[in-house]
Amino acid sequence: MSTASSDAAAQFSGRQQSALQRVQNALHLYPWISPLVILILSFIAFTILNPRFATAGSMGLLIQQMAIVAALAIGQTLVILTAGIDLSVGAITVLAMMVMATLAKDGGMPGLLALIIGVGLATLAGLLNGILVTRMKLPPFIVTLGTLSIFTAIALLYSGGSSIQASHLPAFLNWLGKGFSIGGLRLTYGVLLVILLYAVVGFVLSQTAWGRHVYAVGDEPEAARLSGVPSRRVLLQVYTVAGFIYGIAAWALIGRSGAATPNAIPTANLDSITAVVIGGTSLFGGRGRLIGTLIGAIIVQTFAFGLSLAGVNQQWRLLAIGLLVIIAVSIDQWIRKVK
Amino acid sequence: MAVARLPLSIDHIPEEKRSIYDAEPVLSGRGMRIQWGHVVGLDGVDIDLYKGEVLAVIGDNGAGKSTLIKCLTGAYEPTGGTVYLDGQEVHFKRPQDAREAGIETVYQQLAVIPALDIASNLYLAREERRAGPLGSVFRMLDKRGMARRAGESVQNLGIQTIQNMGQAVENLSGGQRQAVAVARAAAFGSKVVVLDEPTAALGVKESGMVLDMIKQLRESGLGIILISHNMPHVWEAADRIHIQRLGGCAGVITPQSHDMGEGVAIMTGAKKLVSDQLDGAA
Repeated sequence: MSTASSDAAAQFSGRQQSALQRVQNALHLYPWISPLVILILSFIAFTILNPRFATAGSMGLLIQQMAIVAALAIGQTLVILTAGIDLSVGAITVLAMMVMATLAKDGGMPGLLALIIGVGLATLAGLLNGILVTRMKLPPFIVTLGTLSIFTAIALLYSGGSSIQASHLPAFLNWLGKGFSIGGLRLTYGVLLVILLYAVVGFVLSQTAWGRHVYAVGDEPEAARLSGVPSRRVLLQVYTVAGFIYGIAAWALIGRSGAATPNAIPTANLDSITAVVIGGTSLFGGRGRLIGTLIGAIIVQTFAFGLSLAGVNQQWRLLAIGLLVIIAVSIDQWIRKVK
Repeated sequence: MAVARLPLSIDHIPEEKRSIYDAEPVLSGRGMRIQWGHVVGLDGVDIDLYKGEVLAVIGDNGAGKSTLIKCLTGAYEPTGGTVYLDGQEVHFKRPQDAREAGIETVYQQLAVIPALDIASNLYLAREERRAGPLGSVFRMLDKRGMARRAGESVQNLGIQTIQNMGQAVENLSGGQRQAVAVARAAAFGSKVVVLDEPTAALGVKESGMVLDMIKQLRESGLGIILISHNMPHVWEAADRIHIQRLGGCAGVITPQSHDMGEGVAIMTGAKKLVSDQLDGAA
């Protein structure tokens, strides 16, 4: 070894880190630490404000309320990891939901078949986003802004804009709203399905080659391509898988709302993006963990639920979420400067 | 197979290295030509690379050095000429084809993914899965095995400063990042490694480290093509120097036959190579 490189070695190992730099490094490696700390602190605070917060009944309700946004946020995480953004989350979900319900009610189709067609349509909608992003080279923001309007319009035109009550639907489409209790903690099958989705997608992202490629394409698409990663194919697959997940979420949403209604989830886009960002995933792509998104979704719901239990005006929740988003993005900017 | 002949006198090769040139070239281009409309990028260039040598390619901007290398490695499809690998005619349609044949390229800047760790970068797009159903059914990566082998690859290049293969590449210095890129090429390039301006963005110490790695690769018997603008680095590391000028080859020299000033003069057209030097080995 030459002297030049041994000098470099000495310089490298001799570098001292301050306490702050160590925190920065830890957050860089585990971006979900800060949302987890926020979650634990808010749990403690809301329990002090109202002891009813920390009961099994409250927790069951909280989990059920956050499950749909948490499911949508999985697809949103995949898209944001590739440095994209999906504004058509809510539109695809509502489209799938209205198609399933209308086919089952007006078409008299069996629940399972209606579900398959609905989820298939959501998957195709995601594929369309992906084709526009990868083949037409349009920015994801513009593509999904356009398809947001298109899918919303199709959903309204197809369903006539009216709600379909659960009582008119086959039991199969409502099944995810059913559930069971464990010692006062009531969970639905929908919640279990969302947890299963997190486990599967989390595994794929962290343990498979495809997961690595998603991160690589999000971080440096050209370097990934030169390394032999099929960048365009990976992007196309990400949007398609996201569409599939929105379709599954649509099924859970029918069970949760007890009806298929066009305005079932008006804030889906911003809520899912908020969960992803608070969960520590970078909007610039290539950085973040799916577990962070789940924590982010729980945080948003904890604030909504905790503040209402504490008898505080709901506007404070908006204020708190707004602050959390800005703090989360600031932390992301800070840890990206790690050296 | 094209007739391989050294386009310079063997006297200019140090005695202990002459045996390298007794073997067939590992990579050859004959009459390499590329044309875009009326613009001629390469005008029938011959190039030979031997096992265990560093062949530098120098030339002004637009002289065709990157174009020549891209034609050899499948990034461009030449409009004329033939490429031989180990004496066999080959046609690379994409960079992947060349890579599968054992030719690795380290690109100037876009070499690594900053957000991924070192082991993931080394094995990007060549990931290895675990044995048994965990790998075949669940497609699970063999993270531990890849990290261990990545560590060995980096050690083999004599890099002591990188210890933890789980470190994100963005936490590394510029030289260490380049080291990761070179280690990647060395681990998978079984025949040829091409380095495009590997020292361009580096300081003095880090350049020294990369040049050491290049020599290390040469010792392991690979053929190395080094594209560089940095003449001191070229004269330090190269065995032979291929000079591109205006889309053609202005000559092949060695650090022993010509000094840097003469090399630059040939490169810019201020001086011409005398023909007996070119035909010395004929």
